[in-house]
Amino acid sequence: MKVRLLHPDRDVPVGEPLPDHAEDLAADLELDSLIEAMAGDDDHIRRVARWLLLAGAEDRAVIAHRQAVMADALAAPAAVESMYRVATEALEGRRRLFFGRFGSSPETVLMQARRLLDLLVATLRRLRRVADAHRQHLGSSGLAGLCDRLDTELDEDYLDVLEGHLEELQLEEGVLLSAKLGRGNAGRDHVLRRPPQQGRLAKMLERERGGLTFTIPERDETAARALAQLRERGLNDVANVLAQSSDHILDFFRVLRDELAFYLGGVRLHRALSQQGAPSCWPELTEVADVLATESLVDAALALRIPEVVGNDVDATGRPLVLVTGANQGGKSTFLRSVGQAQVMAQAGLPVAAARFTTTLAPRVLTHHTREEDPEMESGKLDEELRRMSAVVDAAAPGALVLCNESFSSTNEREGSEIARQVTTALLDAGVRVVYVTHLYELARGFTERDRDRVLFLRAERGEQGQRPYRLEEGEPLPTSFGADTYQQVFGADLSVDAEER
Amino acid sequence: MTFRSLLWDEASAPTSRPGEPECFGDLHLDQVVAEVVRGREDYDLAPLLHQPLGDPAMIAGRQRVFSDLEDDDVAQAVSTFSERMRRMRRYQGLARRRHQAEERQRWFLDAAQVYLDAVRGLRDALAAHELGSEGLQALRDHLDALIASSSFAALARDAAAVAEALDEVRYAIAIKGRRVRVRHYEGEPDYLAEIEEAFAKFRERDAKDYRAQLPPESQMNGVEERILGLVAQLFPETFGQLATFTERHADFADPGVLTFEREAQLFLGYRKHVRALRNAGLPFCYPTVTPGARTVTIEDGFDLALARKLASQGTVPVTNSLRLGPGERVAVITGPNQGGKTTFARMVGQIHHLAALGLPVPGRRVEVGLADQVLTHFEREESLDTLRGKLEDDLTRIRGILDRATADSVLVLNELFTSTTVSDAVALGHDILERIRGLGALCLYVTFLDELAEAGPETVSLVGEVSPEDPTARTFEIVRRPADGLAYAAALAQRHRLTYDHVRERLRA
Repeated sequence: MKVRLLHPDRDVPVGEPLPDHAEDLAADLELDSLIEAMAGDDDHIRRVARWLLLAGAEDRAVIAHRQAVMADALAAPAAVESMYRVATEALEGRRRLFFGRFGSSPETVLMQARRLLDLLVATLRRLRRVADAHRQHLGSSGLAGLCDRLDTELDEDYLDVLEGHLEELQLEEGVLLSAKLGRGNAGRDHVLRRPPQQGRLAKMLERERGGLTFTIPERDETAARALAQLRERGLNDVANVLAQSSDHILDFFRVLRDELAFYLGGVRLHRALSQQGAPSCWPELTEVADVLATESLVDAALALRIPEVVGNDVDATGRPLVLVTGANQGGKSTFLRSVGQAQVMAQAGLPVAAARFTTTLAPRVLTHHTREEDPEMESGKLDEELRRMSAVVDAAAPGALVLCNESFSSTNEREGSEIARQVTTALLDAGVRVVYVTHLYELARGFTERDRDRVLFLRAERGEQGQRPYRLEEGEPLPTSFGADTYQQVFGADLSVDAEER
Repeated sequence: MTFRSLLWDEASAPTSRPGEPECFGDLHLDQVVAEVVRGREDYDLAPLLHQPLGDPAMIAGRQRVFSDLEDDDVAQAVSTFSERMRRMRRYQGLARRRHQAEERQRWFLDAAQVYLDAVRGLRDALAAHELGSEGLQALRDHLDALIASSSFAALARDAAAVAEALDEVRYAIAIKGRRVRVRHYEGEPDYLAEIEEAFAKFRERDAKDYRAQLPPESQMNGVEERILGLVAQLFPETFGQLATFTERHADFADPGVLTFEREAQLFLGYRKHVRALRNAGLPFCYPTVTPGARTVTIEDGFDLALARKLASQGTVPVTNSLRLGPGERVAVITGPNQGGKTTFARMVGQIHHLAALGLPVPGRRVEVGLADQVLTHFEREESLDTLRGKLEDDLTRIRGILDRATADSVLVLNELFTSTTVSDAVALGHDILERIRGLGALCLYVTFLDELAEAGPETVSLVGEVSPEDPTARTFEIVRRPADGLAYAAALAQRHRLTYDHVRERLRA
């Protein structure tokens, strides 16, 4: 049984190790607040949503598949919610029955697996009925296709056959094994044969087959154990098949729950953002290089905290480098995050927090943000920055999107600019897109002189008071923001605004 | 021709069991032995590796056997044979020890069948090959005669007939509660397959294996023994045939075949070792071993134990050569710590012992004398109470070595007298070297004392090299040139940026 809600052709390996840069990505883009909004108190949603956002990009067909399922989920949330509930109950069944762990002897495994399968087969019946009830509201190949598969593959006759086997496997008439002679004349190739039938006629038939018999005396426990061992030779494989089958059915429910969890989370995030008045749209993903165009793109993490945030309109199409300079507190980081979030959400199959968002599909989204730790060990900090940038370069590939926030500001301006210029130019030449927020004037000025065709320059202006975040405007870097920035760094407060307030 | 032995001439087989030579620990030959005998513990091979041969003809004989076994097909044939013989013995053991008659009889039949396979398989494989050694030629003739004998033919015929009859037996066991019925099998359908089929559509990936680890089927319990008794009653003719077989062929294994089996293990075990290192790119050769030879040639030799260790880590040791002309009997090795001095000395000792066993040795070309013994003195790990006690211990051990050594002995002495002052150590070292020169024994002397390297015409100075580009890098090459303690000092200075150039440069900054 295939679920196929996240990918048209295969299961998505949720839980496999994430790329090395994933944790940096989550922290730098504040993805965890989005994930919180998706999950609430549901750990499964948290786990699945986090993995899907961080695991990296799929191709456009997969994204389209998810967008269609997501659209179904937004239109008919009850379908997703009720199937999710059935799957969750099935998964709790095993723990309820025997603390989630099979015993060690074949007899015990057989008994436990049989009881668990009784429960799972009943749950499958329920799932099919729930799916049938919601089918009419669904149009995506993912969700509607799943409901159709449940309907045809788990028909009542088939489920009756399974229940018949489970009944017979109580083995009330004992077991029948066949064997050959092996080395040392020990029995080999023990095969469990269809169990002796109940009823008088069957018993008569069995007697007619003759043979030689013996009975183990009541008190002979050694012999009783030896007989049990022989019986286990016959039951070992069938117990295994039953236990594995229960695992397979549980696997199906687990995949179902995980895949539904993502869409349930998507519905919740969408609701939360709408309530805050944030814009929402289906992103356009293209394979044309160097496309990035936004209207009212907002930082979704910020939008979850503050209502009615103002977004940015940017068109960097044909410009692989977006270089953002300007005042602190001017919305530079917010913009950088909003680009990263939208790219990641779009590539996971979610709607994004913008009125319009068009972007080139990026095989990787990578971040390199300045870090707060070790403020006193400047040389160690540059070393640490270089090490992380080296990891970014390791992970980058043509088409990747690299988001830099004040990278190489831990050393002096000239050195930092030179390192940054060399790294950035090399990335652009390799076909990597870069959005770079910096107060390194040397770096920015260098690009205005040498490489301006490839760069969109944005500048953060300190806007009117109370307007947060501030919109970015196109504009080349200005050298004057220096003193204020330095002051800000030293005193932790903004020079001009504070002066006016005073 | 009747086969007697791969290892010894008619008269020379040792009568007593030799112990491990004292040098084995120091030379790491104990590790080599452990590697060679691993998986062959039943054959008690270690003594064969402890006993050097005194006769060059026997050495040449063993080298020819080994050379025959270099052929992969021949070696594979002997391995397959040995494995079958081991299995045969295991089955014979069961045929004696098990309690149930039909079980014992069947183990006996199984042992006989494995034996037949072993002997015939080996004969067929050897028939297809040109054999250069007297040892294996004699074995082949022996096997031909054995297989042509009427008793062997009868064994083969009877075993096949009984086994076929037993293979056709099929029976069924019905168990209900404590009652067991044994009867003929009537074609009832496989129930497992039905269940698998029913649940197949949920199988999306590999599943955990929930099968319990049951005792192997071949280990019968009391109930199974009882069932076997009933099966025998259901098939009386077949089991009668089996009983007759065991009486008719009570003692089927040939003694010559058994001797060959044990002796071949020495070659197979060593061959495996050689093969692994050759694959890693290291050379082995058949040494020329001349009694009384006064020159030594080793081209691209290496320490066998170290090579094994490095090979398991995916690397190989640096190979080293040694050439000692007529009259050059003492090689003094100096150079940086951890630079491969001890390894080099160990290599020379190993090669002499292995050459005297008639085995291939590490190296591209090796010509050595026939060593009557290899004697070693390596610094001991345990610390004695006082330095004086340690010096005394050193000298006592040296004394013992010198008492036993002859002109045909090889001495490997490693860092003597570290417990005393340098001037004492130089004086003692000169004295010991003088005594060794008096004996005419071959000696490898590893020391940190450059003075000892200039002791006279019989003495050759070897130095552990450092790389000219990076003085801190050790090359592990040992080359023949005057001792020069400065190379090491320069290396240390470089590492600490304290050479002349460094110090100038740093002062300029």
